Amino acid sequence: MQMFAPEAASASPHTAKPIITLNGVTKTYGNGTTALRDVDLAIGQSEFVSLLGPSGCGKSTLLRLIAGLGEISAGRIDWPQTAHTARGEPEHDIGFVFQEPTLMPWATVFDNVYLPLKLKRMSRRQAAPIIRDALTKVGLENFGKAYPRELSGGMKMRVSIARGLITRPSVLLMDEPFAALDEITRFRLNDDLLAMWAGQHWTVIFVTHSVYESVYLSDRIVVMGARPGRVTADIRIDEPYPRSEAFRLSSRYNDYCRLVSAALHETMT
Amino acid sequence: MSEAPIQHPPDIYGQVLKVALPLLVGAIFLIVWQIVVTTLGVPKFVLPAPTLIWQALIGNFWSLMGSLWFTLTVTVEAFIAAVIGGVALAVLFAQSRWIATAFFPYAVILQVTPVVSIAPLIIIWVGYDNVRLALLILAWLVAFFPILSNTTLGLRSTDHNLRNLMQLYGASRWRVLTEIQFPGALPFILAGMKISGGLSLIGAVVAEFVAGSGASTGLAWRIIEAGNRLDIPRMFAALGLLSVLGILIFGVMSLIEYLALRHWHESAVRREN
Repeated sequence: MQMFAPEAASASPHTAKPIITLNGVTKTYGNGTTALRDVDLAIGQSEFVSLLGPSGCGKSTLLRLIAGLGEISAGRIDWPQTAHTARGEPEHDIGFVFQEPTLMPWATVFDNVYLPLKLKRMSRRQAAPIIRDALTKVGLENFGKAYPRELSGGMKMRVSIARGLITRPSVLLMDEPFAALDEITRFRLNDDLLAMWAGQHWTVIFVTHSVYESVYLSDRIVVMGARPGRVTADIRIDEPYPRSEAFRLSSRYNDYCRLVSAALHETMT
Repeated sequence: MSEAPIQHPPDIYGQVLKVALPLLVGAIFLIVWQIVVTTLGVPKFVLPAPTLIWQALIGNFWSLMGSLWFTLTVTVEAFIAAVIGGVALAVLFAQSRWIATAFFPYAVILQVTPVVSIAPLIIIWVGYDNVRLALLILAWLVAFFPILSNTTLGLRSTDHNLRNLMQLYGASRWRVLTEIQFPGALPFILAGMKISGGLSLIGAVVAEFVAGSGASTGLAWRIIEAGNRLDIPRMFAALGLLSVLGILIFGVMSLIEYLALRHWHESAVRREN
């Protein structure tokens, strides 16, 4: 087993061609609290990266800054592979999945998934086959006409994922998407997410506070510490995909969990 | 959960009771009223029997219907103007906190000043030969505030993450308004409309009472007229018509609310438990 000692994250030796690079990213709020200090990170194309850390370590803040929601106080975030607008803003295509499903309660499942395409001025007729396809991928092909309130928590999250992927984004940002779900549902959604990601060429940045979830899903775990939020370790999970229940029961999985837990504990003491 | 949402068999017994029970109470009330008035010999200029009121209604049918129509149209026009004005102003307020901060106090002043006290002024301004317009303005003044304040609240209550999502997809302010803010505010707007519907009727009637001249021909004027002549049965007939009008407006607003929200909003969704 190849193991990487917890180390500072800059210039990770294993990242593929970076799709996003963060240099000295710092976020200070108006009231003086520093949410993030000097974060250096390079996210490789097609990577599945988890941001893991205790609450208050700024992992969600970091995800939102990457998405362009909110101003950076210092440092910069670059998208080296992405075309830029005349005003210098990256024309990136991002999908975002929030901790809550964040669906429009007045709209059907179909219309909820249609929203991003509608905003890109795609007609309903043009979008219909794409939406059907996306709903099939998340196992909801028969629920296009249902309203969110008629769905269980896990199903709502599936709709949210389908909406996040509907524009075929190059990066999917997920902010503790399964934290509010029961364990059985979470396991199934983990497997389904991996199945959708496998073989495709999009990048996932996945915020979580679960060591087990991050080890199972990611090929790289960025451990963060709190007060101020910063990167404290960058661990590669060198385990081939597809991963299955067998991996979850293997001793390698346990070793990784122990390693990541140790890195996490180090940041908290 | 793979099964389709459960369909309820219509509860016919419950539906019938819901209508029949209040009607029964009303019928008993009228019968007791009739008996008490006739056996005690109460003079009809104090409390007329229901049969007398009915006769007054039939006897003055066309003049009362004309007045009903007058009051109804003033109410509906004021209400529509209130909805348009209230929603438009709320949308404006939602665009900028500064606009809201600058103008909201004046909307409140308009609301808290009793309509009766400004009625004479408005009537002088638009002229005594133009009382209908004065009634319209006064009814509008009373009706528009609930729509303004409810819509403002609704537009501000948008799910923060949905807003972020719109920002992520580069949605314009207009798209944010039409795609998420407005549909999300709909329950608030409808609640405001329900209050406003009743208030426009009250505004139309109160304003007519103040105007009080022969130029107005609404139900309020019929009540004043009947009162002056001590024609109490006719007064009651006009009063009854006003109540019916109010109930009608409330019923229509409730129906619109139900139809608009039945699929998704907690207030309109039927629950198992």
